[in-house]
Amino acid sequence: MSLVPNAVMTFASPAKGEGFTPPSPEDFNLPPVGPSSSFELFGQTWALGVTKPILQLLLAAGVVFVFFYASSRQRAMVPSKLQYVGEAGYGFVRNSLGRDVIGSEHFMRFVPYLFALFFFILLNNLFSTIPFIQFPTFSRSGMVYGLAALSWVIYNAVGIQKHGFGGYLKLQTMPPGVPKPMLIILIPLEFLSNILVRPFTLALRLFANMFAGHLLLILFALGGEYLLLEGDALVKPVGVLTWLLFIAISFLELLVQFLQAFIFVILSALYISSAVADEH
Amino acid sequence: MNMIVLAQEGEHAVNPLLPHLVEIILSLIVFGLLYFAVRKWVVPNFEKTFAERTKAIEGGLNAAETKQAEADKRLEELNQQLSEARHEAARIREDAREQGAAIVAEMRDQAQAESTRIVEHAHTQIEAERQQAVTSLRAEVGTLATSLAGRIVGESLDDDARQSRVVERFLADLETQEQQPASGNGAPR
Repeated sequence: MSLVPNAVMTFASPAKGEGFTPPSPEDFNLPPVGPSSSFELFGQTWALGVTKPILQLLLAAGVVFVFFYASSRQRAMVPSKLQYVGEAGYGFVRNSLGRDVIGSEHFMRFVPYLFALFFFILLNNLFSTIPFIQFPTFSRSGMVYGLAALSWVIYNAVGIQKHGFGGYLKLQTMPPGVPKPMLIILIPLEFLSNILVRPFTLALRLFANMFAGHLLLILFALGGEYLLLEGDALVKPVGVLTWLLFIAISFLELLVQFLQAFIFVILSALYISSAVADEH
Repeated sequence: MNMIVLAQEGEHAVNPLLPHLVEIILSLIVFGLLYFAVRKWVVPNFEKTFAERTKAIEGGLNAAETKQAEADKRLEELNQQLSEARHEAARIREDAREQGAAIVAEMRDQAQAESTRIVEHAHTQIEAERQQAVTSLRAEVGTLATSLAGRIVGESLDDDARQSRVVERFLADLETQEQQPASGNGAPR
């Protein structure tokens, strides 16, 4: 697992003094960390190495597990501070994202999934703001696609498990109380929106928010720097203003990071709840 | 992987939407590991803690309820005992008053009887003494009268039998005379 192939983009790094180079999607293709080797394949240069987002993914999983394991291990009636924080986090996901959305009947099955998912995404998002890491793991679209696909598989699987394949398709595509001729239009539409589109919107929402947020931050950071270093004397104050805005936007991003983790998980829970629902 | 290569062909036109397959697989593996670890070691702990806490709180509440019920029962008992004691006290007071009244009445009766008895006794004694006096007076008066009459008529009336007959007759006359005007008060029997 330590070595993974990774495509290295052969873009030109912005040259100093040649005018401002705005940040671009290439900034998200980080070179491998540590030792790496490269090889030629299909006429491309491929790098063999571990990239920063990969390390972050592992770090997030490790931190989430260690923190919650440590806080849940004591099992004291009167919780310590650590246990209290862990219980509050767990209880938040369990009750507001699990029980309140899926319903108290079946929710317990999905709590481990929702719980792990929420804090995994949250921490990976927060990495965007945490000093010295400052890169959102989920601005790498591949990372998000995996989780969204998993969510899609889970809600469809539990739906099919509960209603059978035909019953599940009927539940998802035929809203009750609709006149028969309308179904001709509705069935493809419902199928599209409930089965096909959901994983993409789920993935793109998280990915795009993280990607755009980080791009915005880079723009303000680099732009401010450029204005301060290269700009005329009159422009330099604008550079200061840019950095102040950078700070303000960082706080906005903190909110977005939490919200996106929350939305990803609550939508996954909603999909599950609609799949295990008895009626529409 | 093909898609990445395609993206690479356009050198600078990197499409961030196109994923690296490795990242998809890796994110699933890492998240999967986290999921299983959390399901095995974290969630059961939290659930057990919650359940135990719920049980402990419920147990505490139940115990408190039991204690409260017991205390209520005890209070009820004490109140009942208190009211019983009050009743008892009232009853005893009532009894005592009645008894006192009875004793006073009895005492009064006894005193009445005693006084009556004393008066009776006195009457009897007086009557007896009076009888005695009458008897002795009669004898004396008879003797005196006889001797006086004898002296007056000169006739000896020493004959005892005659004498006493005369006296008796005289006294009987006297009594009848006395009874006729008065209704026989103080009449000798």
